Amino acid sequence: MTTATIAGTAVELNDEGFFVEPAQWTRDIAVELARQHGIDTLTDQHWTVLEFMRKEYFEKGTGPTVRILGKSSGVSVKDLYQLFPEGGPAKTAARIAGIPKPKGCI
Amino acid sequence: MTMPGSATPRKIVILGGGTGGTLTANRLRRMYQHLDRTDQSVSIVVVDQDNDHLYQPGLLFVPFDLADPAEIVRPRERQLLDGVTFVEAAIDRVDVARQTVVLEHGEALDYDVLVIATGATLALDETEGLTGPGWNKNVFTFYDHAGAVELRDALEHFTRGRIVVNIVDLPIKCPVAPLEFCFLADWFFEGRGHRDDIEIVYATPLDGAFTKPIASAKLTELLDDKGIELVTEFNTGEVRSTGGGPGVLVGYDGREVPFDLAVVIPLHSGAAYVGRSEGLGDELNFVPTDPHTLQSRVSPNIFVIGDAANVPASKAGSVTHFEGEVLTENIARFLDGENLDASYDGHANCFIETGFGKALLIDFNYETEPMAGHFPAAVGLPLLKESRLNHLGKLMFQSIYWHGLLPGRDLPMVGAAMPSRGKRSPDAPSTPPTRPEETRS
Repeated sequence: MTTATIAGTAVELNDEGFFVEPAQWTRDIAVELARQHGIDTLTDQHWTVLEFMRKEYFEKGTGPTVRILGKSSGVSVKDLYQLFPEGGPAKTAARIAGIPKPKGCI
Repeated sequence: MTMPGSATPRKIVILGGGTGGTLTANRLRRMYQHLDRTDQSVSIVVVDQDNDHLYQPGLLFVPFDLADPAEIVRPRERQLLDGVTFVEAAIDRVDVARQTVVLEHGEALDYDVLVIATGATLALDETEGLTGPGWNKNVFTFYDHAGAVELRDALEHFTRGRIVVNIVDLPIKCPVAPLEFCFLADWFFEGRGHRDDIEIVYATPLDGAFTKPIASAKLTELLDDKGIELVTEFNTGEVRSTGGGPGVLVGYDGREVPFDLAVVIPLHSGAAYVGRSEGLGDELNFVPTDPHTLQSRVSPNIFVIGDAANVPASKAGSVTHFEGEVLTENIARFLDGENLDASYDGHANCFIETGFGKALLIDFNYETEPMAGHFPAAVGLPLLKESRLNHLGKLMFQSIYWHGLLPGRDLPMVGAAMPSRGKRSPDAPSTPPTRPEETRS
């Protein structure tokens, strides 16, 4: 576990760079993390996905898989791959949304 | 609802007569039989659409002709103790507000407590092309009885080419079974002298062989040792096959994985009636459930066990078995108006067949990933390490399943809570000592 400063806020990240404490997340952090993942501007569609990720995490204890995102977030799977081109949409969106890595429910 | 103190039995209706439903019914029956108080009496009804109880761990062995398909199925009704009523009928829906289950012909069953134990089903239609012209010709699954038999017949004649084992998406039942399939295929074709002419590929949506890092590293190493190719972060969008030649899996990201024979583990969902029951399930028909009490988030008098729940645990028989103890206790507490026991910790354990008469054992829960060491204490089965003993354990388990687990008996030394004696913490050196005397908790 490491402590990093993102957009002026100290946050705890695990070894893979996922948030340990989702409560430490802010929208400014999301903007900064998105840049680090090659997304210059967070569009409304991005925010829809990020907010859905956080809602799912707080309700279910884990972020959704890409299929659930495609079914329920209001953004199609095809669009998800365009919105988050680097490293797979579910994982990248989880990073930017400040939630732990989706468990895939083992 | 009838309150405690009245002589009218409280009605417990259990939907599903598989692992979870059967062991719940039998545990409750034992519990209330021993109380011997008229004000504590309950009626227990189990509903299922058929009378075939399938020993699901046996499906892995059918394609390799290591299990007789007829011997892994027994009548559901015969697994239930006397005093439990079995109703064979399809479920139309649950009316949560009226506390009623509506069966296929309109018959209604009222309940005081409902237990949802209808497991997970294969959502074949969710993947484009999966059941197209190639289905059961060069595209198979071993995740149901008929599919496992079809695959057995196909493997019998397969002597050359590329086999791709693919998980469409998680969660799936027994998440290690697809890996075990790869290991057994390696052993099977080696034994038949065809291994050099056959490529085996494992394509998974995960970023490694498994979700939990320590086990994932060990299993990735095993795949490598056995010459099995690993394709990661592959989310299957489409299966293309004409049935007459090679086919291809197409990922959402455009990657293509060609195959001569595909073994696909389809997307799973909860039972269809859950989707027809207003407010009962999530987008995949799994029931929102408290991960520690197993009470549904839908209504206080609805409880969920096993694969039907949306809890972040494995969809596996061992999880269902460990949940049973907390679940039955909580049903009794609920009926008595007491606070629920929130002690289910996500405990799971599984034997992982690795071929050539060996197996690994992993043991973990919500918080703790699989570690090396021994189970259930310092002297016991080796964890995260191939051994013949684990393979024998896996074979022996079928008998324990029918005669110990389903009847609702507590199994010696295997409790609901995850044991930590005998395990090495993840902070210990990564190349673990293997002799029992060197292990510590």
